[in-house]
Amino acid sequence: MRYAETGFNLEVDLTRGNIEKVATDPRDTELYLGGLGTNAKILWDRVPPEVEPFSPDNLLIFGAGLLCGTPAIGCNRTIVTTISPQTKLMAFSMMGGFFAPELKYAGLDKVIFRGKSPDLVYLWINNDTVELRDAAHLKGKGSIETAEIIRKELKQPKAQVAAIGKAGENRVFYASIEQGRSSASRGGIGAVMGDKNIKAIVVRGTKDINVAEPEEFMGLCNEVMDYIQFRNENPIPGVMPILAGLGSPQEMKVHDEKWHTENFNWGNSRTRRKGFWTEDVAREWMETLDNSRTRLISCYNCPMTCGATISMPGLPTYMMKCFTKLTYTMGAYSDLDFGLRIAQKATEYGLDGFSAPQVMAFALELLEDGILHKDDFPDMPEDNDGRFFYLLDKIVNREGIGDILANGTYWAAKEIGNGAEAYAHNNIKKHEQLPLKLSMLNPIYFLMYCTGEKINITQIEGQFPQAPYPKREHREKFCEDWFHVPDEKFKQYFLDWEPRGENSMPFYPTVDMCCDIVDWQERMHYIDDALGQCSGLSAFPLKPPYHIHNYPKFISAGAGIDMDEEALTQAARRYRTLVRAINIRRGMRRKDERPPEDHWKKRFPELEKELLDAYYKFKGWNNDGIPTKEYLQELGLDYVSEDFLKRGILTDSEDASSTEASAE
Amino acid sequence: MSGDKKDKITKTIKTIRVDVDKCNGCRACEVICSAFHAAPKYSSNNPARSRIRIIREPIRDLYIPVYAGEYTVAECAGRDKYTIDGKEYDECAFCRASCPSRDEFKEPDSGLPLKCDMCEGEEEPLCVKWCIHDALILEEREEEVEEQEELEELEIGLGSLADRFGMQEILDAVARLSQKD
Repeated sequence: MRYAETGFNLEVDLTRGNIEKVATDPRDTELYLGGLGTNAKILWDRVPPEVEPFSPDNLLIFGAGLLCGTPAIGCNRTIVTTISPQTKLMAFSMMGGFFAPELKYAGLDKVIFRGKSPDLVYLWINNDTVELRDAAHLKGKGSIETAEIIRKELKQPKAQVAAIGKAGENRVFYASIEQGRSSASRGGIGAVMGDKNIKAIVVRGTKDINVAEPEEFMGLCNEVMDYIQFRNENPIPGVMPILAGLGSPQEMKVHDEKWHTENFNWGNSRTRRKGFWTEDVAREWMETLDNSRTRLISCYNCPMTCGATISMPGLPTYMMKCFTKLTYTMGAYSDLDFGLRIAQKATEYGLDGFSAPQVMAFALELLEDGILHKDDFPDMPEDNDGRFFYLLDKIVNREGIGDILANGTYWAAKEIGNGAEAYAHNNIKKHEQLPLKLSMLNPIYFLMYCTGEKINITQIEGQFPQAPYPKREHREKFCEDWFHVPDEKFKQYFLDWEPRGENSMPFYPTVDMCCDIVDWQERMHYIDDALGQCSGLSAFPLKPPYHIHNYPKFISAGAGIDMDEEALTQAARRYRTLVRAINIRRGMRRKDERPPEDHWKKRFPELEKELLDAYYKFKGWNNDGIPTKEYLQELGLDYVSEDFLKRGILTDSEDASSTEASAE
Repeated sequence: MSGDKKDKITKTIKTIRVDVDKCNGCRACEVICSAFHAAPKYSSNNPARSRIRIIREPIRDLYIPVYAGEYTVAECAGRDKYTIDGKEYDECAFCRASCPSRDEFKEPDSGLPLKCDMCEGEEEPLCVKWCIHDALILEEREEEVEEQEELEELEIGLGSLADRFGMQEILDAVARLSQKD
């Protein structure tokens, strides 16, 4: 009997319309856990590097995390994996909500699409009955609208629907997959879904998910529930409110946006507006939020209320979470009322709320500076809000200039030329980033920005405080109940970290400490992504209920896999390395691993080189960021090293030299 | 039915106070209910076996936790729709019955009726414990009631099978099964 997982994947060949339920190898679960881990294994095995994002040979994988469908609180994430049209690298965007557990209850761990459907279809999974259905009547429909229509026509109010909007249908490079209150937005995976002609995946399941050791597992769940309540009652002192609690940043709950609006940049990530948050703004924005927000809502089996139902007067209702609340507002130099209105439309269209506003701001900046011209924007309204609505439609419909902008700032700038590249200034690996421009280099963040392959800082950071505490006594206090650390040394790193003087940034934490810290933070996110756990209760906040000490127990009691901290760390390293291997095989190298040039004003090239050198070595990668043969073999990834040797990515001589180095 | 007078006894009535305004729609109540009632306890999870259901329509902002009540053979002749604070609630939205008109409160594979037992043996129903937003609150009070024999779960199940297949079929099946051993 398989525990926690179902042991079956659904293989859907869209070209031929063939659907098969395939048993999976339990050995893969032991090696790669599930979710992201096993998704990566499938992508490595079946998508060679020559495959273009919009090729029928590209796969689109919806993987439920290993513990989804068990009572593990907050464990509800679907990991969607494909090759991104924007970065041309592996994308593994994720969504919470209710989809992954439902898929498990239908008896499936993953749905794997290959090929391309000749007509627009949706997939309907009702336990063991699965069919591809015509979706011609849903063409051009909004993502939420689509979900509602499908539930009605199938008479299945409890079915969960993941759908694309018009942006996905038209292959906008930052199109999302929307699922009620959640979305998988980053990396343009909605465009791949649209390219395959899949409008939606609909699932209803009424089968059991078993756990291996019931009493132990429930004991662990209850501990997590108790700790969540403890943390809700005891926010962490000394950090800004948004970092004090659990969950995603509680954007739907809070009114006070002083910190974001005055520290993040407006427009095309250009301008910091100190003094923006006046009493008048605060009052106006509070009214907007209070009048539109009908309820704070959660994902499956999670008490955190990170989302909200939003009903703007005169507009259809939608659901929102997290930072999209501000991205459109700040991209357009507008107000919250505008932000919530345009987000409604963008959600129906199915667009990434990080990239889309930045692309629009980028276009208007090019117009202002004469690189684009008035006739590139026929009939564009004069007012700023109107221009954003105009651009949104142009992009989603790929009309005129919108067709170029739909590829994101990196590709659009290349196509526009004439110096436009300098305006696509806020990308990492061709992907738009949060609009942050800071002063002093932060060595920890430098490494995370460079080497993160999720290419989104909020899904790499966490665990270690973002900044030092001013007073030692406060640091000591913080360490008192900081049992989440994998090793006591992290407490010492933090205790000695000063805002000023010798032990301050950028030279403290030292290079070696930075390696440790970044590796820990990244490891926790990768574990979350395999188990399907929302990082809002795990890798993202300080002092979370899930950590390296209880995770192995969850896996042992849940999935029946003998697990301890070392084995879990090794498994996470294995599939983390496999993600890197996929990208290395697609051409990613050290040259691609850098933050936006203007991310920090004060840069330290020598230190930065030292950091990257050291971190690569620490991770078992060579100086170009390629995993070494020894390291691959240590992880049992011999098939990767063989492939690398065959392709000339690694050579025997290089390998020989690194062997010597490690033997010293 | 006999017309005999029954003895009055004092009984503890457990009530769950449901505050739909506080419901965040997470369905933790369904999760823990189905886990608790699995055999062996907590060995499996499946909200389709839960004895509490959230009737949820997020876009209309409807979240109604409903507990499984009595099994009923026939569906209601008339159905009601409620409008509260401008929101229309579908017919059967608040109904606790396991009845032929809908899929709620039936075991997914056997179709047998489910009924909330307030998690007998636990300090409080576990749905209440896992709802940390207090949308579900347990209240207890003493009440004088007429003594009544409670039907056993087995009996309710058999009754519903008899309704579905006829008593003779059930008797035949039981006879057949008992001969197999």
